[in-house]
Formats: sequence, C-alpha cells, structure tokens
Amino acid sequence: MRFMFKTDYEDDIRLFPHSGYVVTYGVLLALLLIAPHVLSSYLMSQLVFVCIYAIVGVALLILTGFTGQASLGHAAFLAIGAYTAAYLQKYNVPFPVYFLAAGLLTGIIGAMVGFPALRLTGIYLVIATISFALIVEEILARWESVTHGNEGMRVKTLSLLGVAVPRDSPTFYYLCLAVLVLTIVGTLNLLRSPTGRAFVAIRDSETAARSMGVNVALYKVKSFAISAAITGFAGVLFAHKLSFISPEMFTLQLSIEFIIVILIGGTFSLHGAVLGAIFIVMIDPFLTYLKDDMPGIIAGIAATFGAGTATAGNIQSSVAAFASLNGLKGAIYGIIIVLFVLFEPLGLYGRWLKIKLFFQLFPLYKRATFKRQKIYVKSERNR
Amino acid sequence: MSYFRAENLSLHFGGLKAVDAVSFAVEKGEILSIIGPNGAGKSSIFNLISRIYRPTSGRILFEDQDITEEPPYDIARLGIARTFQNIELFENATVLSNLLVGRHRHSTTQLWQELLFLPSVRANEKVHRRRVEQVIEFLDLEPYRDKLISGLPYGVRKVIELARALCSEPKLILLDEPSSGLNVEETDDMSFWIRDLKNELGVTVLMVEHDMSLVNRVSDRVIALNYGRVLAMGSPAEVQQHPDVVAAYLGA
Repeated sequence: MRFMFKTDYEDDIRLFPHSGYVVTYGVLLALLLIAPHVLSSYLMSQLVFVCIYAIVGVALLILTGFTGQASLGHAAFLAIGAYTAAYLQKYNVPFPVYFLAAGLLTGIIGAMVGFPALRLTGIYLVIATISFALIVEEILARWESVTHGNEGMRVKTLSLLGVAVPRDSPTFYYLCLAVLVLTIVGTLNLLRSPTGRAFVAIRDSETAARSMGVNVALYKVKSFAISAAITGFAGVLFAHKLSFISPEMFTLQLSIEFIIVILIGGTFSLHGAVLGAIFIVMIDPFLTYLKDDMPGIIAGIAATFGAGTATAGNIQSSVAAFASLNGLKGAIYGIIIVLFVLFEPLGLYGRWLKIKLFFQLFPLYKRATFKRQKIYVKSERNR
Repeated sequence: MSYFRAENLSLHFGGLKAVDAVSFAVEKGEILSIIGPNGAGKSSIFNLISRIYRPTSGRILFEDQDITEEPPYDIARLGIARTFQNIELFENATVLSNLLVGRHRHSTTQLWQELLFLPSVRANEKVHRRRVEQVIEFLDLEPYRDKLISGLPYGVRKVIELARALCSEPKLILLDEPSSGLNVEETDDMSFWIRDLKNELGVTVLMVEHDMSLVNRVSDRVIALNYGRVLAMGSPAEVQQHPDVVAAYLGA
C-alpha cells in the first residue's frame, strides 16, 4: 500500500495525486494513440462510439451523478447538436464554428429545460425530461424546412482546416478522443472548484447548500446547461460518425442507453462514464454473437451430452428463435439495470475499486469496507 | 440599535401559530440561548432567519439592514451561518469538501475560469484550503479530513457541521441544538468551543438548546418560548426561576 504524506495544500488540488497515476494514464493514453495501427477497422469504429458515449456519459454524470438531477432527455440534446451541425454544414460553415455553435445552442436549450426543472425532483423531473425529448423528436420529424423530417439529413464528410477527415479514418478517432479527454479534464477542473462542490452540495442537501450561500436555482440551471452543451458537442461527432441522421435515431431508447452508461459504470466517478460506455457499445457485438453462434454451440454441447441429432436440431432452432426475438435487447438492458442496482450499486468502477483494495489489503480485506449506512435526507420536509 | 433584531416575528401555518409576534434582540458578541418545550417554535425561528420559511408578518434586521426579503442564499453572504438540529451534511462527500462548501460565499471565480482551472482559481483554492485548515485545527478534526461523511459517527458529524458553518467566517452563527445526540464528554467539548467562538473568534452566537447545563455554562442571556410566544428573557438563572417557565416545563 502506498501512504501519501501531504506537505502542501497543492497536494489536495492536483489532478494526479501521485506519480503512479501519471504512469497509468500515460500508458493508457499511449495505448489509445497506437490503437488505430493495431485494431481492426470494426473495433476502431466501436472505439469511436465508446468515445462519443463516454462524452455523453460524462455530461450525464455532471447532471445526474454530481448534481442529483435525473434526466431521460439526453438523446434530445444529442439530436440538437447533431442537427445543428448538419444544418450549418449546408451553408459551408467551417467545422470549428459549427462545433462550437452546436455546443452553445444545446447549452442554451439545456438551460431553458433547467428552469422548469427547478421545481421538480425525482420521478417528476424524469417525466419532464422525457416530455422534452418527445417534443424535440416530434419537432425534428415535422420541421421539414430545416430538418427534412423523417427523410433525415445527410452529413457531409468532416473537413478540418481544409483537410477531409473521413468518418473511419484514424484522424476522426483522434478528434473524438481529444474531445473526450478535454471534456474529462474540464469536468475534473470543475469538480475541484467551487461550482463542482456546489453541485455535490445540491445533490446531498439542498437546504444545507442554500444555508451555505449556494444559489440552488442558478447552479441547477448551470448544471443543466453544462451537461447539455457537452452532449451537443458529442452530437456533432455522432452526426459525422453516422453520416446520416434522422429523428428515429434519437428516441427514448437512446436516452435510456445513456442512463445505463452511468448506472453500470458507476455514478460517483468519471471513470464510470468510460467503463459504462465500453459496456454499452460492446453489448451490441456480443448480442450479434449470441444470435449467430450460440444456437450452434448449445446444440453442440447438447449433442456431446448424448442428445440425438433430432433433439440437437430442435434445441438449435429454438435457441435461434429465442436469440432473434424482438425486444431481446431491451429485455437484456432491463435485466442488467436491475441486477446492477441490486447487487452493485457502485457500478463497474466500484467493482474495480473493490478488486484493487482486495489485492492491496490481502489477506485483510473486509467486505464491509464499502457498506454505507442508509441515508435519510432530513430536509425533505422543508420542501 | 441592536446587532440583530427580530420584530414581531410571526409564522402561521393555517390556524397554527408556530411563532407568534416574537421580538428579541441579540447584542454583538453575546451568546443568546432560546429554550422551550418541544414545539415551542424555537427551530421555526431559526428557519425564519435563514429564510427556509417566509414569515407571516414581522421584520428581521441584521446590522441595521432589513433582511426579511433577502433570498435564502444571500443570508450566508451577509455573514449568518447555521447548523441544523438533524445534521444536514453532504453525505457522499469528504469532510474536506463539506468544509470547502462552507467557503462558497467567498468564492469569486467564474465558470469559464474554473473549467480551465486558471492560476487565479488555483490561488483561490489554496486560500480556501488554508482557512479550512484553521477551522480543522480549531475543532480538532485532523483525523477526518479525507473521510466520507457517511462513514462517520454522529458526534463527529455534529462537530463537522459546526466547522462548516465556521468556514464561512460568519459574524452571527445560529446553532440548532448543538448538543443533541452527544454524550457528556462531547457536550463538554461543545461548550468549550461555543465559548471559544465568542472569545477567540468574536462570533455572535444564537443557540437553541435543551440541555440546561450547557445553556447555563455558555449563555449570556436566555429567552424562554412556549406556544410561539416569549415567556421570559434574562440571565439563565432569572429565566429558570420565572414562574411561567417553570409552569411550561412542569405543567403546574
């Protein structure tokens, strides 16, 4: 175990508490930088989606994880970012300009959503954000002069300073990675300054935050705006990656996927957003695999245990029928959420911390280390 | 003029008069305790001062300024900090970040500066950190700096709440039952700290308390309330011998 002796107030502020972090993250960054030269184009494409989902995950963590305001409307923010990019691109606006414009516009709309949300908490806020998402979806489908309605919009190849950046080029991946890293660093900066602490204060006790001088309404709106703006940036990248956008891509299901990202990753740390993004992006290839290979494998296992050819064939076809059921993906998402909430509320990152501590303290690890007393917020009655 | 004054302060919930035309004044640098049976309206007065409730009628004045209509978050900015009867800490944050929230009213940096963590933000953070460390030293909280609140015992949390209020460098501090849930030793410590608040830091203290030994030890003056009305006001000994107060407690 490493014991840290702090000798300066700087030690409480720095991003990397000790040199070990620099090494770990340095190695990780190096691996990510050489990835395009090693991984297949399919995996690279998945990695780009991991970056985009992780950016949205970080945005959602700011709002839900740190400020405690639930949102099921982030697909709408992503859509606004994506459509802003596609629309401005038609008028030959350069990438840096429409990238920033998308973030700004989404941020402003996020703040506007934040205002009515000031009086809502918990499940009511969730309903309000769902309604917002449905409104946006409907506007995208109907406002044909701008969005081309259900026909969707084609997004031209990204052009950065006159150089074309195709959506499956390593440069596009580096761009997404850079946006992700900048988002994470910016968020970490925010969290170690007064605004981030005000967010956490609002999450844990609004009454106490208010009595300490935090303007709760202002900071909730700020949190909504920041979260929406970051999602808007992700939307631009999302549009370019897909090269075609239409309203049915930004449904409630996508918002739920974003919630899954942070629920499964862990809501208390930015690591959770990245781990959750990896999980949600990789579940698709896993399900495809399940669909294609599982029937054969299960039939093979059945055959080795003495089932007849006919029975094995039956098993194979029924497993195949099961794997291609409609809505299987949604059901699996549901089961995963339930299992995580029940058995691993701290998410994948919490699990990782436990594993790490187990080896650090071996053989003295106690399971109770991560147990917390149930928390009752007493000020609910003051609402 | 008094330092802090409540004039005809009333809070009615429908027909229930939780606080009924209460007037009192706090002088600069004194420790004033409010006592009274359960439901007498003590905590309600605190919630009126920190603007969690809006008074039905009456005025609150602090340093000759009417603060009755100030928004709740500006009360802290004026230099009034408070603690809560049932601890209201930020449970899933460390002690240090709880105390740093106490510094919120002194933060001057803008959002964009914080996103980039400019040198000015860093310098401010260090100033906040140093102030917090002074409070940590004052209240002997050194062992707990990096601990999460949710893992700490009740007695320690109570002290951390006091610490968080002190971090805002208040001129007037409202303590809502500082000794509730504390054992005898912890109550002793609390009484020393409350007196140190007054003597060393020059903070004016307004306190709601049930523990009469603590009230006797620290208070300069005492107000007794019952059914939202002031029964008696004066030195601790005077108030305790006042026939109305005795009747309120013993039901004579």
